[in-house]
Amino acid sequence: MRTGSRVSPYLYILPALIIVICFRTIPILASFTASFSDYDIGGFHGFVGFSNYERMFTDARFWNSVTNTVFFVLGVVPAGIMIPLTLAMLLRGELKGKTVFRTIYFLPVVTSAVAVSVVWTWLFKPEAGPINGVIVALGGDPLMWLREPRGIFEMMLSPLGIQPKGIFAGPSLALVSLMIVSVWKSIGYNTVLFLAGLENIPNNYYEAAKLDGAGKWGTFRHVTWPLLSPTTFYVLIMSTIASFKTFALVYVMTPPPGGGPLGTTNVIVFYLFQKAFDRFDIGYASAISVFLFIVLLGLTITQRRVGERRVHYS
Amino acid sequence: MKSGQILKQTLLLAGGVIMLMPFLWMISTSLEQGGLNNYVEAWTRVPFGTYFLNTLIVTGLTLIGVLITSSLAAYSFATMEYPGRDTLFMLFLSTMMVPQPVYLAPSYVLLAKLGWIDTYFALIVPWTTNVFSIFLLRQHFKTLPKSLFEAARLDGCSRLGYLWRVALPLSKSVIATIMLFNVVGSWNSFMWPLVVTHSEKLRVLQVGLSYFNQEQSSNYQLLMAASTFSILPLLLLFLFAQKHLVGSYSRSGLKD
Repeated sequence: MRTGSRVSPYLYILPALIIVICFRTIPILASFTASFSDYDIGGFHGFVGFSNYERMFTDARFWNSVTNTVFFVLGVVPAGIMIPLTLAMLLRGELKGKTVFRTIYFLPVVTSAVAVSVVWTWLFKPEAGPINGVIVALGGDPLMWLREPRGIFEMMLSPLGIQPKGIFAGPSLALVSLMIVSVWKSIGYNTVLFLAGLENIPNNYYEAAKLDGAGKWGTFRHVTWPLLSPTTFYVLIMSTIASFKTFALVYVMTPPPGGGPLGTTNVIVFYLFQKAFDRFDIGYASAISVFLFIVLLGLTITQRRVGERRVHYS
Repeated sequence: MKSGQILKQTLLLAGGVIMLMPFLWMISTSLEQGGLNNYVEAWTRVPFGTYFLNTLIVTGLTLIGVLITSSLAAYSFATMEYPGRDTLFMLFLSTMMVPQPVYLAPSYVLLAKLGWIDTYFALIVPWTTNVFSIFLLRQHFKTLPKSLFEAARLDGCSRLGYLWRVALPLSKSVIATIMLFNVVGSWNSFMWPLVVTHSEKLRVLQVGLSYFNQEQSSNYQLLMAASTFSILPLLLLFLFAQKHLVGSYSRSGLKD
């Protein structure tokens, strides 16, 4: 019995430990190792130093995927904060039908990304799709949506005779379509987080603001917004990380091999997926993985740091 | 009702309609032309029955694995003292910082070496533990009073017996949260099964639906019918456990 109790703590962890080591720790370390090696369909061909990284930094397609990802993040994250924050402000407090609204907003969160993509592909269909149907009924011109490679700034400015080039042309309408779906899918989740954050703000702050004669906007500006900042920051970082990892929407709505019209929806994870599983270029794909990991780790550390500072101040 | 309230309700209603619109369009398109026959047609054109069964098997077995490994590990981390405990806990937590796409390619190579590609093992075994679930349960077990454990020991209860008969029954809410997260996660998982299986008889629902989407890209009634029955089980689960699920998401702040 006594020896049993010295061994048993380890026995309790053992099943979980085996899985974690075999299917998390080892593949993660292997990813770093593989990024310094030549590993393709024929297997391991030896270590090659930093050459996968050198190749990555001079690969125009890689940088294209980084640009697309950054566009995606810059589009999705602000909208994914402003819309849910507005909804949470409206839903706060006693309200008829609060649960019903919350349920409706949350539905897309539990719906699979694949099903969501299949449905939105139909909604965006240039011929006969419902969205173009509405636009035409209102007297507008139908758009190509997921098949449109032109940048949105280019599309908006070209009637004025201005032709922005390169990144100034903006994300393609195809990528913007993906952003719309991504925002729609995450609104409910972020709204719930903001609602929880709003409920944590003690009522006496609002009473004090009222006594000081603050209006609605003044109360929001000087009470709600600063006291909500830990939640806002958390939502900001989490949406950024989630946007960096986007894959299913891109894969289903702008299917392989292309990564969208003229590669304009090819984001980092999609590019990594193509290199790893279409070309089986594991070495190079691993270098891209490590790049992605470093970016995401940086974001996580920032969140922890700033999060801790907030706790000290409040 | 004050005019402010009416404005609020109107805005929320407008937002709700926009959020619901894709679902309504999905259902109405799925019933165009063939009506309910579209559902039968979609179900039989490719083996959706097999995809559902595979998804159920994978979701069910993964969940059982997660519950067993997580409760054992969490119990040990929360209640026992031994050398290396905190190091091991940090090792577990550190894997949560690395997102799946980062180690996808080496995982594939590893599974290929094990001869597991295109087997249920590849779909299930790597996910039979979940560090976040261990973390949630450990936090909860730590809140249980020590006296409870001592009383149970005096009554001749073994350690495993205490976990099974005392600790777990007192953790129903956390267990429900873990179950919901893991079911939603397994059911909706796409990238992993896409990579580790090839044959149709091992295909899960999400992968099946994505192939169906490519093959039938102009057959919108069938695609919408297939989307509807693919999301129906989780939708029902969500409506049933709505309050608990939304609460769990907001408390833990976790998204897949």
